[in-house]
Amino acid sequence: MSMNEFKPKIVAFCCNWCSYAGADLAGNNRLNYPADVKIIRVPCSCRVNPMFILRAFQKGADGVIICGCHPGDCHYTSGNYYTRRRMALLFSMLDYLGIERERTRLEWVSAAEGAKFSQTMNEFVEAVTALGENKRLEDLRCKE
Amino acid sequence: MQRVTRDALVKKATELLSAGTVDRVLGWRAGEFSYDVTPYVFSNAEALEKDFVFDDFCGANFSKYLIKECGKSEGKVLVFLKPCDTYSFNQLQTEHRFDREKVYAVGIPCEGMVDITKIREKAEGISSVEVEDSGYVVKTLYDGDVKLTAEEALAERCLSCKSKKHVAYDELLGEEGEVLDSNRFSEVEKLEAMTPDERFAFWKGELSRCIRCNACRDVCPACSCEKCVFDNPKSGVENKAIADSFEEKMFHIIRAFHVAGRCTDCGECSRVCPQNIPLHLLNRKFIKDINGFYGEYQAGEEVGSRAPLVNYTTEDLEPSEAVGKGDGENA
Ligand code: SF4
Ligand code: SF4
Ligand code: SF4
Repeated sequence: MSMNEFKPKIVAFCCNWCSYAGADLAGNNRLNYPADVKIIRVPCSCRVNPMFILRAFQKGADGVIICGCHPGDCHYTSGNYYTRRRMALLFSMLDYLGIERERTRLEWVSAAEGAKFSQTMNEFVEAVTALGENKRLEDLRCKE
Repeated sequence: MQRVTRDALVKKATELLSAGTVDRVLGWRAGEFSYDVTPYVFSNAEALEKDFVFDDFCGANFSKYLIKECGKSEGKVLVFLKPCDTYSFNQLQTEHRFDREKVYAVGIPCEGMVDITKIREKAEGISSVEVEDSGYVVKTLYDGDVKLTAEEALAERCLSCKSKKHVAYDELLGEEGEVLDSNRFSEVEKLEAMTPDERFAFWKGELSRCIRCNACRDVCPACSCEKCVFDNPKSGVENKAIADSFEEKMFHIIRAFHVAGRCTDCGECSRVCPQNIPLHLLNRKFIKDINGFYGEYQAGEEVGSRAPLVNYTTEDLEPSEAVGKGDGENA
């Protein structure tokens, strides 16, 4: 990595039933999204414990995005509704602690929305790139 | 100054013991100094008469003690509950943490409890603190008497008390109070109005002082998990020695999150923190957000109410609507 070109590390938690398939579709359709987005497949967006998000930041992520099925379309009926509440409160708390609001995001992406997946990731990477490295939730011991 | 006297409580406890209604009493006993009152289980009238105290230093919320106490005997335990304690009492019942049948709860009115750390900031070498009608006289070793107003000595949680009403009891001593129009979110609002950089600096200053003694968790009625994540030696955040600035935040964010929607704002965490970290500002942020995003909710107001984080509606706000995306939109 050259000195003046910052490429953020992004962790994307993607629900197996929608966004993960959406990412697949993006790939099949040759839609680009930055290679620095590391996808972690979860059975439901609701599986994402707030601790996972903090851990991702600890281990060096610069941004964390959670993608799930659109409200009403959860494979398990209601998981994403709980996700929505949890993330609203967690993101608000992080903001309250002075951690940049742009570093966390929740998006709904269905299995048919390959284009939306790639667009969402591009936008998110752009926003995090503009912010620079995560300094406020990092663990120095985990840095290379 | 409290409206119910120590003697009235001892009389009530002695009556209930001799009638066989209860076989022990959860109360306060003097510590080494008059101001470090400590919780104690009394099992007979003599002990009550000798050691029971009740005054402006009896801040401890006994609700959580009931979890262990109820398991100790088949008989009932008498517990004295201040209005704020009754919310924790209800919340613990909602979570099935103790057997209500084994408890006899007596509600007692409260005029506010003293925060000894506030007094220590104003007076050195305290030998005793005397409670007067409208304030406190601190007797000091070197500087004579220091007079303090109630406002100067009372705990923050009492100055912003949310309710003088008992939401649970078997019997009430004194008159029923009202739910108050509290200003408890004003400090949270001040923080919200700061820039992210200022907020970050504020919290870094506060949280970096944490020594990870876990007192806040141990005292918290909402933290009654039999196995806590922070006791797991593999959590990487179980003690201060290996913690860095990330882990300090981690502990506080996760603990506040675990109790979000169940925290009754009893104020025990801030009371016991030896480092004086304003932990209530974290919990109140969640309470304020929950009220704002999902409608007013007071944990512990009713037994059995569904906590906001284990509930939802199909119309809930998206996080981007609730807190924006950081790009200036919506936020
Ligand atoms: S977090 Fe603090 S205020 Fe809330 S219930 Fe626990 S001890 Fe009480
Ligand atoms: S911090 Fe979390 S896991 Fe630990 S006792 Fe409190 S609620 Fe339970
Ligand atoms: S009581 Fe205070 S010092 Fe102890 S762990 Fe809690 S915040 Fe840290």
